[in-house]
Amino acid sequence: MAERLVIIGAGMATGRLLDHLINEAPGVFDITLFNAEPRGTYNRLMLSPVLAGELCYDEIVTHDDDWYARHDVTCRFGERVTRIDPERRVVFGERGEVPYDKLVIATGSTPFIVPLPGHDLPGVIAYRDLEDTEEMVRLAEKPNGRAVVIGGGLLGLEAAAGMAARGTHVTVVHLNDHLMDRQLDAPAAGLLQDALEARGIEVICGANSKEVIANDEGRVRALLLDDGRMLYCDLVVMAVGIRPSIALARACGIETKRGILVDDQLRTTAPDVFALGECVEHDGQVFGLVAPLFDQAKVLAKTLRDLPASFVNKDVSTKLKVTGCDLFSAGDFRETQGRECITYSDPQAAIYKRLVIEEGRLVGTVMYGDTDDGGWFFNLIRDGVDISDMRDMLIFGPAYQETAAAPVLEVMG
Amino acid sequence: MKAPNSSCAIRSTCPYCGVGCGVVLGPDGQGGLDVRGDKSHPANFGRLCSKGTALGETVSLDGRLLAPRVHGEDTDWDSALGLVARKFSEAIAEHGPDSVAFYVSGQLLTEDYYVANKLMKGFIGSANIDTNSRLCMASTVAGHKRAFGTDTVPGTYEDLGEADLIVLTGSNLAWCHPVLYQRILANRKKRPEQKLVVIDPRRTASCDLADLHLPVKPGADVALFNGLLAEIEKRGLIDREFAEHVTGLDEAIEAAKADDLSVTGLSDDLLAEFYALWCGTEKVVTIFSQGVNQSSSGTDKVNAIINCHLATGRIGRAGLGPFSVTGQPNAMGGREVGGLANMLACHLDIENGDHRKAVGDFWSAPVIPEQAGLKAVDMFRAVGEGKIKALWILHTNPAVSMPDADKVREAIAGCEFVVVSDITEATDTARLAHVLLPATGWGEKSGTVTNSDRIISRQRIVLPAPGEARPDWWQLAEVGRLMGYGAAFDYENPAEIFREYAALSGIAGGFGKDFDISGLKDLSDAEYDALAPTRWPVSDGKQGGRFFADGKFYTPDGKARMLAVSWKPPVAKTEPRYPFRLNTGRVRDQWHTMTRTARAPRLNAHLGEPFIEIHPDDARARGIGPTSLVEVTSPNGKAILRAMITDRIAPGEIFAPMHWTGENAPAARIDALVAAVTDPVSGQPESKAAVAQIKPFEAAWYGFAISQAPVKADAEYWAQAKTYAGYRMELAGRETPEDWVEAARQLFDLADAVVQTMLDPAKGTARIAFHKDGALQAALFVSCQPVAVMRDYLTHLPGQEAPMVLSGKSPADQPDPGPVLCSCFNVGVNTILSAIETRGLMTVEAIGEALQAGTNCGSCRPEIKALIERIKGRAAAE
Repeated sequence: MAERLVIIGAGMATGRLLDHLINEAPGVFDITLFNAEPRGTYNRLMLSPVLAGELCYDEIVTHDDDWYARHDVTCRFGERVTRIDPERRVVFGERGEVPYDKLVIATGSTPFIVPLPGHDLPGVIAYRDLEDTEEMVRLAEKPNGRAVVIGGGLLGLEAAAGMAARGTHVTVVHLNDHLMDRQLDAPAAGLLQDALEARGIEVICGANSKEVIANDEGRVRALLLDDGRMLYCDLVVMAVGIRPSIALARACGIETKRGILVDDQLRTTAPDVFALGECVEHDGQVFGLVAPLFDQAKVLAKTLRDLPASFVNKDVSTKLKVTGCDLFSAGDFRETQGRECITYSDPQAAIYKRLVIEEGRLVGTVMYGDTDDGGWFFNLIRDGVDISDMRDMLIFGPAYQETAAAPVLEVMG
Repeated sequence: MKAPNSSCAIRSTCPYCGVGCGVVLGPDGQGGLDVRGDKSHPANFGRLCSKGTALGETVSLDGRLLAPRVHGEDTDWDSALGLVARKFSEAIAEHGPDSVAFYVSGQLLTEDYYVANKLMKGFIGSANIDTNSRLCMASTVAGHKRAFGTDTVPGTYEDLGEADLIVLTGSNLAWCHPVLYQRILANRKKRPEQKLVVIDPRRTASCDLADLHLPVKPGADVALFNGLLAEIEKRGLIDREFAEHVTGLDEAIEAAKADDLSVTGLSDDLLAEFYALWCGTEKVVTIFSQGVNQSSSGTDKVNAIINCHLATGRIGRAGLGPFSVTGQPNAMGGREVGGLANMLACHLDIENGDHRKAVGDFWSAPVIPEQAGLKAVDMFRAVGEGKIKALWILHTNPAVSMPDADKVREAIAGCEFVVVSDITEATDTARLAHVLLPATGWGEKSGTVTNSDRIISRQRIVLPAPGEARPDWWQLAEVGRLMGYGAAFDYENPAEIFREYAALSGIAGGFGKDFDISGLKDLSDAEYDALAPTRWPVSDGKQGGRFFADGKFYTPDGKARMLAVSWKPPVAKTEPRYPFRLNTGRVRDQWHTMTRTARAPRLNAHLGEPFIEIHPDDARARGIGPTSLVEVTSPNGKAILRAMITDRIAPGEIFAPMHWTGENAPAARIDALVAAVTDPVSGQPESKAAVAQIKPFEAAWYGFAISQAPVKADAEYWAQAKTYAGYRMELAGRETPEDWVEAARQLFDLADAVVQTMLDPAKGTARIAFHKDGALQAALFVSCQPVAVMRDYLTHLPGQEAPMVLSGKSPADQPDPGPVLCSCFNVGVNTILSAIETRGLMTVEAIGEALQAGTNCGSCRPEIKALIERIKGRAAAE
């Protein structure tokens, strides 16, 4: 008889886990899939193009009803899981309990909502799911619609650019001195800001939000900054970060810190309970980008079948999905003691690149305007390649590495 | 190349070396000048070298001096020449005629030379006129006069074809007189039995096809030829019949036998082989040039060579004789005119009262000096001592080319009144002038020159005189008139001057002198214009031909003199502080101080940077690598040059080209290292035997720059060269600027351009480009190592859209041609290498057929051959 596998959460990591299980071990598991959102797995990364009007929702669905039916996955979508009983090996859904032999918690993360006065007013949203996306799309239908995005990180800027593309007037307020401060250095962020401003997005850096102000109808009317500036708007999008969703696990006694603690095999502290995705904490790290989650899914697909596999957290690269703003960053590009930087700046072409080198190896990179070689740099970082011999030409990318350096003075004897 | 429009073609003469090639000039149809070899000219029969072929690139008006200038301000001719005349007159009145001097040039036309000589010797009354020919061939003049009683080249270029043995000594003919060398090579194809021997401390390009190379120790030529003379005597080869016309035979042989051959550094076998060849070959031509002349024993060397030819009677007949080849287009004309401090005019002697009187009467001159004037080195010493109050320098650059050049520069800078006539203000010397006089240049002036085999050829006007530029004869004559000698300088055109000169030579002929062109004294203006190349003498009794076969010489007793000469080492001795022997010379595609050749981008592409040849063992011992900069120090001065590590130079010896100047590479003024030591007879400096120390130049940074506009650097080392798209520059310095972007901005003086950067401060790498309206203006590449970029690709980029310029590399689809090897057809080293490697073209002829390289002037053929050998060697090693 097939083992009963229950999965809580149908995000992208779960989608990848199911792909592995169906491909590598068809029929081994009897799978039940809970999802609080009333739908299965779609490519959340592609919400930005949907917001920008470049794609529609159907195009970003990765697993539709037909797929689940074809592979005998029992779907309990739109149903929240209220409790887990690890001793009895039962999961309690809103519509009844399900016993399991193995349980995967993939509850993901929840957007962090800054607890400003007025943060719970209608018109204050995060940017997390299709519903948020739709709300932003609706605003665009309103003449002279205005939005404020709190947070000039990856997600906030994608939201801002998407709304701006639909004709909404958008202001981005960002606490740090430059945009995307976790991914970019100041010069790259400057170029990015120029590009965003060129498409009509207002950017205020070093801005501290104080309060969300309501109108007579109790809806959002403005965001007040602590310097007294009042930013009138119809919508406030909070994009200041995410928190792993750990309440369910913690409630049943599974050990958590920032996330659900897992080992290299994605095992939690409860027997036969595993965790996957943005809800986990591995080796002190929590996760917000998709690449390591896919690695986790691959490992977990093996662990569930008692096959040996270990998750190793690798460096990740970031790409901003805003059309016309090519940027790429990878690794650790903070300038600390012992690190050396190579920079390339071409204001004419709005191109900026920075490579960070430590002990002859590339440890981080930031690129703006021309990111074609991002993958190549990412591999150099990941593989720890000694770049000393190619250092002078490194920043020009793989196309310029082939031929030997020209001699300084060719003199004929 | 397009065919010139023959209807507008004008025949003229190349302005570079003393071969005296005829050129045919015409419009190229694109506003420029088409330059072809003149097939009818007996010096070259249509052939030209890379420099002559590129003449069209040198005639642009960029950087031309277009108006007279006094103390830096443009003025008119009347004011400028008025000042010159007044200052010279005042100096003469106050301090006597010997307080003024002219320093002239083998680039002056004969007519210019004649007027300068007449003004100084006949009217100012001093013999203080000397010329850069002093640096070039004064030892030959002195040697000829000692042996023959006259300064005459006995043979003609035809002898090179008829000889069975040609000896090149102290002559890199392949690079310095390429058309003569190619003439020899072409002849050897027809007569493969003709032998070629090269005597040179370096294995130069001239050794490429030689049967024998004798890498003689610098300065040992006298011993080598004394050994030959002793061998001639031993073998009983003395021509007893001809010896009737020779005195000093026994003494010369005795002295020869006494010399120690070990100082030549040559093995007994090598010496024996050479001596046997020379002794056993009746028809032998011994060609000599600066390697012989530029020596403290230069005159003795010339006589040691001539001794061998006199002893065997091998002189003045077809296919044999000693043969001096000269380095300047009109060095010979200057000698004939008498434009040196120790001559009078037309081979007449300044010390001879009858000669003085004859010339004085002919000129109606108030005074003729009774003694020789100051020779070049002494002249500038006197300038430095303040004894010369007014100095006029015409068409030469002594602040670069004189030995102890830094001191000479200081001396000129300290002189009370300096006049410089030139086509540009951008020379180390012109920058020091109080009065700058714009002269017409080659292509704009009319007159005559004499080449190394006594052929007088016309230079003709093909381009209009730009701006206010005027011919030198006019400038000199005008000053003569303003000084009160109107009647003597009332010339209307060069033809008139030439007729007077030819008439004066008739007077010399009357004294029994060989230089007599009185047959030309009645030429009409039109006949002068149409004058075909003519070998002197031209008189009632004599017409061209060779000299001395008849045993008639121009000494008082009519006999030739053999001189008892003994080897003397160079004056400067190597010692632990200065262990290297420093040789200087020319490169293939540059000429003199580059005031003309540096204007031709293609000529700068061959060797674009000043360099120093060092033997691999010496380089290794001193930590000098193939791209190092080298600090060269002598007791007199210092230079920084790029290392060229090659075994064509012997261990313990180094060689540097003499071309680079303060205008294009201030750290490479090599003559600043050369001591002002001269030959006691000729006064010629010892330019090829200085002593020096070398060590790596400890640069904190190296740079390479490209730019549309000229660049003014202030780094310890920089060398700039003109390219088709602008300029290229190598740089290096001891101190790294704090902000490279700012430093680059200042270097290029580009305040408002968009700056593109690639910076790696930890490694000391910086690459900075400046763009304006999408076009590259300039770029600087800096590294703490010698910069590794594709220079010959980058140099094409200024003025173009070049977004990836900072990569320093060509995109894969545009290969880097490499430094130009064939200047005539602009073919790069990499292009040739690729043809050898990928197309298997393993002969110079195959390369020529495929790429044209080496098929025009041929002077790059040794280098193409070396490339093929290199690839073959590599293939064999694999």
